[in-house]
Amino acid sequence: MKKVLLHAALIAGGLLTLFPLLWMVAASFMSRGEATTYPPHVVPHAPTLDQYRELFVRLQIGRAFLSSTTIAIVTTLFSLLFNSMAGYAFAKLRFGGRDRMFGLLLAALVIPAQVGMLPLFLLMKALGLVNTYWGVIIPSLASVFGIFLIRQFMLSIPQELLEAARIDGAGELRIYWSVVMPLARPILATLAIFTFMTTWNDFMWPLIVLSDESHYTLPVSLANLVGEHAQDVELMMAGSVVTVLPVLALFLFLQRYYIAGLMAGSVKG
Amino acid sequence: MSREARAAVLFLTPALVVLVFFFFLPVIAGFALSVTDFDLYAIGDIHNMRFIALRNYAAVLRSEVFWTAFVNTLYFALVGGPLTVAASLGAALLVNAKAAKLKPLFRTIYFAPVVTTLVAVGIVFRFLYHPRFGMINRVLESIGLQPVDWLSDPRWAMPAIIAVAVWKNFGYNMIIFIAGLQNIPDELYEAARIDGAGEWKQFRHVTLPMLGPTFLFVGIVTAIGYLQLFAEPYVMTHGGPLNRTLSAVMLMYQEGFKWWRMGYAAAVAFLLFLVIAAATALQMRLQERR
Repeated sequence: MKKVLLHAALIAGGLLTLFPLLWMVAASFMSRGEATTYPPHVVPHAPTLDQYRELFVRLQIGRAFLSSTTIAIVTTLFSLLFNSMAGYAFAKLRFGGRDRMFGLLLAALVIPAQVGMLPLFLLMKALGLVNTYWGVIIPSLASVFGIFLIRQFMLSIPQELLEAARIDGAGELRIYWSVVMPLARPILATLAIFTFMTTWNDFMWPLIVLSDESHYTLPVSLANLVGEHAQDVELMMAGSVVTVLPVLALFLFLQRYYIAGLMAGSVKG
Repeated sequence: MSREARAAVLFLTPALVVLVFFFFLPVIAGFALSVTDFDLYAIGDIHNMRFIALRNYAAVLRSEVFWTAFVNTLYFALVGGPLTVAASLGAALLVNAKAAKLKPLFRTIYFAPVVTTLVAVGIVFRFLYHPRFGMINRVLESIGLQPVDWLSDPRWAMPAIIAVAVWKNFGYNMIIFIAGLQNIPDELYEAARIDGAGEWKQFRHVTLPMLGPTFLFVGIVTAIGYLQLFAEPYVMTHGGPLNRTLSAVMLMYQEGFKWWRMGYAAAVAFLLFLVIAAATALQMRLQERR
């Protein structure tokens, strides 16, 4: 009996969780107005790709898709490099003031990004980076969270390994690249997925720094579209699918790394 | 300088340059901005900017809209935060139950909303909340309840947004709770059982106390995140109806980037920062006392 209740609760929770996403997908295949007939359809009666065609052909959402992809990939690659370098230094290299500096960085985690956004915008304007991809990318090239995640992982790499490499005459860069980085692959995968998703889903900063439609990322583009197409439920659902699907698919394929990293970031900290 | 220290400088430089120039300095400059009257004219010519001490703060604190946004933000965080944490713990207990089958599947399903794009799901819920065609009202009607105009009714708009936030975020804390639950040694439960403790007593006297540090982490992360409410009202309600879902960050965005009253907006941002810092400190203090 208790087992039945437990599974009933699990399934009910699962349906409640999935329903908004399933409805989004269903409505995106409906013809115009089908979601707002009364009573509204839950399943499309004659599935169609019209909404997607409209999005990609007339509204050129492909451009926003490309912007989002470019920004997310470039940010991910650079931040992997920068954060792993810094995380490695904090975990494995001995230098004066190391722990104090790291503690200071961690304390900064409570500062909301919005506090710096106004001057950051003015800085980007001065640098001529407003309305460019770099304007979105540069502030995310390194993150305290990323450095923290890498450092926690690298602490467990045995120091003897590094000493042995030093005795063999390896330079510091070489030790980092050929000894430490291969060992850190699991956490690098975690950070890569994490950064990609955060960047892909980010809304406020791209909204501020990108002023021209031709540079909009998907979320900004979507928020803009819903202003003009508030009545076109099916079209907006197709837009939502296009935005959500890539990150959802990425998560489903790589969730092993993602969830492991989440736990590492919280439990060990 | 030792060889390792020299290497450290090299390894730290890229990340620190980014953090210092694009995070720490802007934060400090944000404070500086908040004591000036920086506005549209100052963007054109910086000489139009004047030092006005704390007058922005005085103006913000006298502004009715600010207090509305402030109360809304606290409402969202104080109601939405605990609800999210409770949902997370409930889901973690279900998924982690010994008798539960298909654990990885349920864990994945519950986690899925976390990775979705807030703007997209905000738009999805906008339609789910539609007074006439929305699925939520259809369900209410089918069980004999009156439909609600969720996003246009001043009483219901914020609860509706809170529901979206709970749906979107509970999976994140769930994972952390699962990790916390798995760290509780089985012997503790065995000892409790030998002492005759039932399931509820085990939960109350073993599980909850052992999850203390997890609650602290989850509580702080959720509070910091929720006090920065922005995208949900931006796409779902534009802050309406009657400013009932206008959040502090939204107010900052409007003042700063729509009306370009950046000095004033910076003051709003700093007040929010103070609230976040206070909330964090308060939770740590509460935890210590236990």
